[in-house]
Amino acid sequence: MRSPNSRRVSEESVIPTGTWGSAATRTLPVMFGYLPLGAAFGILAIEIGVPWWGALLMSLLIYAGAGQFLAVALMAAGAGLLEVAVATLMLNSRHVFYGLSLLKRFQGAGKGKPYLIFALTDETYSLLTSQPAEERHDHSMALRISALNHLWWILGSLGGAMLSTAIDFDSRGIEFALTALFIVLTLEQARRLRQGLPFIIALFAGFGALLLVPDQHMLLAAIGATCLILLLHYRWSKSDARGSSV
Amino acid sequence: MSHLELISYIVVCALATFATRVVPFAALGKQAEHPLVLHLGRYLPPAVMLVLVIYALREFRPLEGGQLNVAANGLPMLLAALVVTILHVWRRNALLSIVIGTGCYMLMVQLGWSQG
Repeated sequence: MRSPNSRRVSEESVIPTGTWGSAATRTLPVMFGYLPLGAAFGILAIEIGVPWWGALLMSLLIYAGAGQFLAVALMAAGAGLLEVAVATLMLNSRHVFYGLSLLKRFQGAGKGKPYLIFALTDETYSLLTSQPAEERHDHSMALRISALNHLWWILGSLGGAMLSTAIDFDSRGIEFALTALFIVLTLEQARRLRQGLPFIIALFAGFGALLLVPDQHMLLAAIGATCLILLLHYRWSKSDARGSSV
Repeated sequence: MSHLELISYIVVCALATFATRVVPFAALGKQAEHPLVLHLGRYLPPAVMLVLVIYALREFRPLEGGQLNVAANGLPMLLAALVVTILHVWRRNALLSIVIGTGCYMLMVQLGWSQG
């Protein structure tokens, strides 16, 4: 264990860990992203003819940003159930990689584990993998963060569906909060890991996918490639450790 | 669309989405201590985080159509991202970096930067 630096200690004494309050503070940036994005989904759903309770059910049971936009778009286009199932599987397949890196982490999460798995969005994954090391065995904190993010998404879509005509559009641009969150979490991960490797891989995979893959598949391609390169790196480092030059 | 159709639609989407999230736990739950899984657990999250940043900023195409791209999603997005980065390296206060960065972006977008 590294010795804690003084700044960190003072931050943590201001924000108590393990309470709903500190979980809510942690999820604030997600709230700024999920409320407007959820509202956009709610508005779209109503416009397409989905009743408000349908939009609510979708945010409650599906809980996938891009996935829900796709679902209502396919619904409007009159797509069949099989088509919808396949499209949803494809769009959300990046979640497989998230689970891979949380297998150990979610062990022993008990009754809450199915919910933690269900609620694993990009943003929740980002927050959970950025929790300080000493907090990682406390699954109740992970559950609070997951549930609050889910709540922001539900409230956003419900608000959008209910007030679809009276939305104040001067909140334009607020969804940048999610981008800002990803930047902050990347910097925090870099500070904690102090190794360039995963970031170099991500740069290659990210820009490679940006150049080579159509936009709607870019994220999956980039994360898939990242995972593949990490697998190769694992094999190399293992054969190096054994001293064999295969 | 009848209520039954709508509900079956939602259930199918919910199951397909959950499937993508539960597959690794269902298939590899007993391998959680495998060194490869630990390797991914260590390096995948930081890499994914940077990929998400690149993904979120992908609207910035500096020379779209042979011209400087200053569309609402272009230059303002990059400038706001720089603000977040500098502020966070300097003060290391997550909420401050996010709130100020988002405020900058909203200001640029709402003041009609795209016409400027």
